[in-house]
Amino acid sequence: MHTLISQFWQLTFSGAVQGFIYVLISLGYTMVYGVLRMINFANSEIFMVGTFATVVITRDLLGHPANGPDLHGATLIFTMLLCLLGSMLVSGLVAMLVELLAYRRLRSLGTNRLAPLISAIGMSIILSESVSLLTEGRAVPDPEVLHKSSLATILGANIRIDQLLVVIVAPIMFFSLQRFVNHTRLGKGIRAVSMNEETAKLMGININRVISITFLIGGLMTGASAFFFETVYEATKFNIGFNIGIAAFTAAVLGGIGNIRGAFVGGLALGLLETYASAVLGSQWKAITVFIVLIVVLLFRPNGLFGEAVQQTRV
Amino acid sequence: MSNLRDQGAEFWAKWDRPRRVTFVIASIAVAASLPFAGNFSITNILNTPISSYQDVLVYPVGMFVLMALGLNIVVGKSGMLDLGYVAFFAIGAYSMAILGTHTHLNMWEIFPIGIALAMFAGVLLGIPTLRLRGDYLAIVTMGFGEIVRITALNTQKIGGPNGIANIPSPPSLFGLKFNISHPNSFFWVVLVLILLTIWMIRRLSIRRPGRAWEAIRQDEDAAELMGVPTLKYKIWSFVLGAGVGGAAGVVYASKAIFISPDAFTFNISVLILSCVVFGGIGNIWGVVLGGVFLAYLPERIRFISNARQLVFGIVLVLVMNFRPDGILPRKKREKALLTKDDLGGKND
Repeated sequence: MHTLISQFWQLTFSGAVQGFIYVLISLGYTMVYGVLRMINFANSEIFMVGTFATVVITRDLLGHPANGPDLHGATLIFTMLLCLLGSMLVSGLVAMLVELLAYRRLRSLGTNRLAPLISAIGMSIILSESVSLLTEGRAVPDPEVLHKSSLATILGANIRIDQLLVVIVAPIMFFSLQRFVNHTRLGKGIRAVSMNEETAKLMGININRVISITFLIGGLMTGASAFFFETVYEATKFNIGFNIGIAAFTAAVLGGIGNIRGAFVGGLALGLLETYASAVLGSQWKAITVFIVLIVVLLFRPNGLFGEAVQQTRV
Repeated sequence: MSNLRDQGAEFWAKWDRPRRVTFVIASIAVAASLPFAGNFSITNILNTPISSYQDVLVYPVGMFVLMALGLNIVVGKSGMLDLGYVAFFAIGAYSMAILGTHTHLNMWEIFPIGIALAMFAGVLLGIPTLRLRGDYLAIVTMGFGEIVRITALNTQKIGGPNGIANIPSPPSLFGLKFNISHPNSFFWVVLVLILLTIWMIRRLSIRRPGRAWEAIRQDEDAAELMGVPTLKYKIWSFVLGAGVGGAAGVVYASKAIFISPDAFTFNISVLILSCVVFGGIGNIWGVVLGGVFLAYLPERIRFISNARQLVFGIVLVLVMNFRPDGILPRKKREKALLTKDDLGGKND
């Protein structure tokens, strides 16, 4: 308890960093849930693939050695932008592939709801095991390109540049996504499919295309999150997606799954909650605290904090 | 191949009683002699390359079938998605481990205690959470599974990450010895449990609870309006499922001698659910087949050790895409009413 009070602002800042990483991954879950009413079980592995994309781009594509010098100026910006876009693109494409292989055929058959769930679980096993075979199950370090210098100390909180980057860029991405869904033609299509698939079809919307694009967008956000994760933590492993995926999914449910604004609030709340709980009870109890809070929230608000039915911001 | 399950049911309906009894006894005899199947040259293709075939029959094969049957009561019969089934398995196993090492009770005495504790956990979790539907219930149960595992991991009194070792083997029963060199006895215990569970499910299915579950699965609101006390029957199915999981856990702990939280990860819940859906959700024989296949396959192909999980994933995707109702789907009568809305789907 003492740590919580004395380091409150420090914890709040790192909690927010963690929270924004969750926000972007929960968008992957929530977008797909919004249009399909299905948990995209493979999203955690889409995240994992994104982290490896960042590593491959820095290490192999740009030839940056594992313990090479930090970059500065234009090269730094170029490298980081390339990593961000690359990891978004790879994750987005993998998400589209997951939709194509695990969901599309089952959707056209109109089967029970568990079959796609199991085939998505199958896809996530395929993804993580392929990466595990390629990396021989080892942890892979990500070369540091951005020197993690401390920028300032505000209210006793040490503001590190990589963390600041997450806290600034992640919300920008979130709000652009929300704008895209609410104000573009394609976004309108996504919302229409989310509200009523049959009617949307009658209105001339190409359902398959809209769903595919929804997976792409969810993947892009998850990939961006993977890049931020790598910038802060600089290592990855084939099974890294599992725990972070559970946390992000919990965040999506906490806010009200299928609801974009819910993902934002849920992700941020989860990040903060985890960090505070670690400070008070020790980090080994943080997952339990999170689940207990989730269960309690669901008892009083069975559809999450923001509910599923916010049609304006709902995917 | 149109629907093996229905063809089987037609045959069954035509048979008279003596024929049925003979068939059942013959099937049980075949199942009970499975441990010896590895001994003959013609059947030694069944042998698992790395671990002993007799051990594999107990865990994972027998255990998975038993747990898949238990989970099928929850997922298949009453249509609730439970992603934390491993919690009940863990509670059963830890009851056996703690009581077996700290008291003089033996496995046969701990058995009912383990089941009761698992069922109690089912009530405890069920009463507040079973009002939730669909995916919300899924995540809450998943959370419960993780809570149980992490609590075991963080509680030093029950071994923490090191788990509990030297769990006593059960004393002999009917002249059967139970210890590490006698895996077959454990297999027969598991087989008896499987048969009891099948018997229980079949009895319940044609009676009030079975009809209530069927109604809840197809349309919970309609069932409630028709006067079915839905919460009560949902809790019942949850608790029965939990009891089966607890039973599996007790036997597992005393067979394995050593348990640790690593044996009770979320992956097990997912695997058991895969068995249910893969084999044919809601259909006992499909679930048994799914359990046997998905537990046995990874062991059988252990020689490609690194790639076996990959193969497992590919099989899941392929089978789900081409037989989405599982290998042996449930009866057509039930399927006719099975729509996309099943398990609380889209209802805008």
